[in-house]
Amino acid sequence: MMIEALIAVALLGALVTFVAPNRIAGKLAFAISLVPAALSLWLFTAFDGSGNALRGGELAFESQAAWIELGEHSISWFVGVDGISLPLVVLTTILCTLAIVSSWTPIDERESQFYGLILFIEANLIGVFTALDFFLWFVFWEAVLIPMYLLIGIWGGPRRKYAAIKFFVYTNVASLVMFGAFIALVFGLGDSVTSFALPEIAGAMLDGGPEGFFGLEGTTLASVVFVAMFLGFAVKVPIVPFHTWLPDAHVEAPTPASVLLAGVLLKMGTYALLRFNFTMFPEQVEMYAVPIAAIAVISVIYGAMLALAQTDLKRIVAYSSVSSMGYVILGLVAYTQFGVGGATFQMVSHGLISGLMFMAVGVIYNATHTRMVTDMSGLADRMPIAVGILIAGAFGYMGLPLMSGFYGEFTIFFGAFGSELLDYSPLFTAAAMFGIVIVAGYLLFALQRTVFGPYRLETDYEVGRAPLHDIAPMVVLLGLIILLGVAPSLIFDMITDAIDPIIQHGGDL
Amino acid sequence: MAVLELPQWAALAPALILAGTALVLFLLDSINPHSTNRTLLAGVAVVGSLSSLAVAVWFTAAGVGATGIENYGVIDLMGGQFVVDQLALYFMIIVAIVTALVTVASHDYLRDHTYQAEYYSLVILAATGMSMMAASNSLVTIFIALELTSLPSYALVAILKDNRGSVEAGLKYFLIGALSSAIFVYGVSLVYGATGSLQLTDIAAVLESGDGAVGEMGGLLGLGILMLIGGIAFKTASVPFHFWAPEAYEGAPAPISAFLSSASKAAGFVLAFRVFTTAFPVAATTEAIGVDWTLAFVILAIVTMTVGNFAAATQENVKRMLAYSSIGHAGYVLIGLAALSAEGGELVMGAAMMHLLVYGFMNTGAFLFVALAEYWGVGRTFEDYNGLSQQAPFACAAMAVFMFSLAGVPPFGGFWSKYLLYTETINAAADNTILLVLAAALVVNSALSLYYYSRLVKALWIEEPILDRDRLAQPTGLYAAIIAAAVLTVVALPAFGPIADAALEAAAAVVA
Repeated sequence: MMIEALIAVALLGALVTFVAPNRIAGKLAFAISLVPAALSLWLFTAFDGSGNALRGGELAFESQAAWIELGEHSISWFVGVDGISLPLVVLTTILCTLAIVSSWTPIDERESQFYGLILFIEANLIGVFTALDFFLWFVFWEAVLIPMYLLIGIWGGPRRKYAAIKFFVYTNVASLVMFGAFIALVFGLGDSVTSFALPEIAGAMLDGGPEGFFGLEGTTLASVVFVAMFLGFAVKVPIVPFHTWLPDAHVEAPTPASVLLAGVLLKMGTYALLRFNFTMFPEQVEMYAVPIAAIAVISVIYGAMLALAQTDLKRIVAYSSVSSMGYVILGLVAYTQFGVGGATFQMVSHGLISGLMFMAVGVIYNATHTRMVTDMSGLADRMPIAVGILIAGAFGYMGLPLMSGFYGEFTIFFGAFGSELLDYSPLFTAAAMFGIVIVAGYLLFALQRTVFGPYRLETDYEVGRAPLHDIAPMVVLLGLIILLGVAPSLIFDMITDAIDPIIQHGGDL
Repeated sequence: MAVLELPQWAALAPALILAGTALVLFLLDSINPHSTNRTLLAGVAVVGSLSSLAVAVWFTAAGVGATGIENYGVIDLMGGQFVVDQLALYFMIIVAIVTALVTVASHDYLRDHTYQAEYYSLVILAATGMSMMAASNSLVTIFIALELTSLPSYALVAILKDNRGSVEAGLKYFLIGALSSAIFVYGVSLVYGATGSLQLTDIAAVLESGDGAVGEMGGLLGLGILMLIGGIAFKTASVPFHFWAPEAYEGAPAPISAFLSSASKAAGFVLAFRVFTTAFPVAATTEAIGVDWTLAFVILAIVTMTVGNFAAATQENVKRMLAYSSIGHAGYVLIGLAALSAEGGELVMGAAMMHLLVYGFMNTGAFLFVALAEYWGVGRTFEDYNGLSQQAPFACAAMAVFMFSLAGVPPFGGFWSKYLLYTETINAAADNTILLVLAAALVVNSALSLYYYSRLVKALWIEEPILDRDRLAQPTGLYAAIIAAAVLTVVALPAFGPIADAALEAAAAVVA
């Protein structure tokens, strides 16, 4: 019942916060969010699962209860964690707590509603990473959209309405495509599945796959479903060319929403790709490996180039996410232990680093009221601590050793380089590695212009040091980044344990 | 014989309680005609509808009308004129819930109104008619129940006597209602002429006996069935008998719009479900009249949902938008009847009933929110609703729940009922491929509906208010009803298992 407790605390907390007076809402939400954070850390220490949840592994904290019986497929409340989902759950709870603290400064209207929505998102995100019944999972998956739509739409920047609607329409259409494809798959599997439980469906896919549905043959259906689901998740990740909602949403969203968006929401896409496409369809992965790898490399390079062309600090960080998530896709499609494991590690690592970067940009914006690289110079003189953290985060992004980004990217490249499944894998890897150079380029370029040199600011604000409650969450994040960089085995071991069963089915690698 | 055995007619208790409540209200009013003790009047109405609800839920839970349990089973009353089975109880529950919500909300809405007692008794009388409709088992009792519902409804729509829109809407509703009643009665007489019986089960028996006489009258019977469909289409506000709905809903007091678009529509559908499953078994009727009547519902469903949604998307007035969207939802529910021709049709019908139940909460809630806005006097268009969430976050949060639920966005109840409707239709399409078109139309229309529903959410939450408003009052009754509807819409989620079971049981009661 531990996972139910996590979700319930966040949900009830959201309700309580929603009715609380504005004055205390921020502190109250923080206090409430400490409970799931502490609980998830306890789950982390008490974790005793093994193997992959969809490949007959031992689940930890599993619970299953019958829910709806209608027609031929039953739906159940089915949650549990394995080595892939647990790190992401911990990431979610920690990042939500930190995001709440980081909103104390920028959010100054309708606070109780704001913090209520953040806790509501937290509950649903935990649900996404723990649900093992397709339906339950889809409910959480879609329920994330509504609060994020409101967070961007109400508390966002000047073009918030446009960004909110674009975000909602893009991701909702993608979800519909994916949903339709998956339902077709379940019908296509015929009598071999009687429920929407993911392990059962994954098992049926291994035992021969779909029989066919409405005139489509089994293998064709599997390919169509694979492609449709890939596209559905690609929007969420996002992968070029489905990335255009992301910079709009990021730039308009308030800082804490950006933190959650980049830190956790994008991981929903890669997590789903791993759980569905790369676990259930090993044959199709083999078939489409080259195009997927090509898309991944294009995302890396193109995203980085776009970031290079920006002059808005927040946009730079936003586009860099496109690039970083491209690495994750490359790692997944490599289909080796290091590739997929590194991709999962990179999900967590990118969540921490991009969260840190958005917080740092937010702190700078709070102080200067501008995000334009051209408007400022020499900030290091006035706000040394915040700027120091920004620089540290940027180094994490560039993959400096002893920080988590290095380990994630290194394992991905290592895994991708040696991939036997992917043709021309050294070529793809080398091309993707070139992305690191561009990343270093735009980050150093931006830093050099904003934080170094003589102090100059083209606004009327007097810049001073940021308050402690703005700095503290960034320090925590930085600590975690370094901790994972120094001791990656903290989570990498459980990840590989959960990855191995997938790889063994992925064409004898 | 047990000492405490209840007489058979006690099985109709949910409807009888409502009838009694109406009489009590009349009594109260005649004791003191000038009393404006609205708390007493609303209280009696609420207690009455809640008692009806309690009894109906109790009967359902106790297995009254459930098939296959000894000593229970379907209860036939008054020589088979009425029947109490799971289907009847299921719809009695919907009617009672909506009535309770509406009467609670009316307490504030009718603050300065003169005809308080009349209003409540008319509402309760209409609800009685709807409950009776759910249990009617013969074309005669069906017609009487239908009129018992319709006559108070006409008066209720026009009850704001000083408001031209209300009176006009009432008149329009009355004229079209009278016309469709005439069509319905004509249809009844034709069916009687062709089969020689009025009781639904007898009609089915005649059709299935393959009697040569029926075969000769096939055309007459077909025309009769078509006319019955017309009468039902009026009650459920389906195209082409939908023109009254936007006018009536817009002109009527908003709680009455909620009542008509949720409860009255559900009652219309229970008629359709019962008449077409019990009296006209698909195979036998097709043989007699030469045409498969489910085809009529296929066309009706597609046209209704498309017309409703497209018209809703172009509205500037919130109440009209809701009215057209309720036409669209009638189209979704009609799929339940259209799918009866295929194997697995009873599952589709069960899903359609589930949608009606969820729709009962969310649509009532949405109209009650409009009632709240009318109470505040903020205006009627989308723009007038801009930024209301700053003054009334709770009501607006509830409204957002209704809107997302109506659009079918997870995790709310509306998603589940639409999803089940969709998958069961796809499942049944294996048997009858025309249903694929219906499933596709359902998805396309749902996607379209998200546009106008989210527009209202955007107005409430994201847009800035154009004009400064004074502090808005917080009427307890309206708030209570709206929040209750929202909670029910959300709670429908964990409770979906039992709701699905009840709906399936209800569908099985008539189809099997």
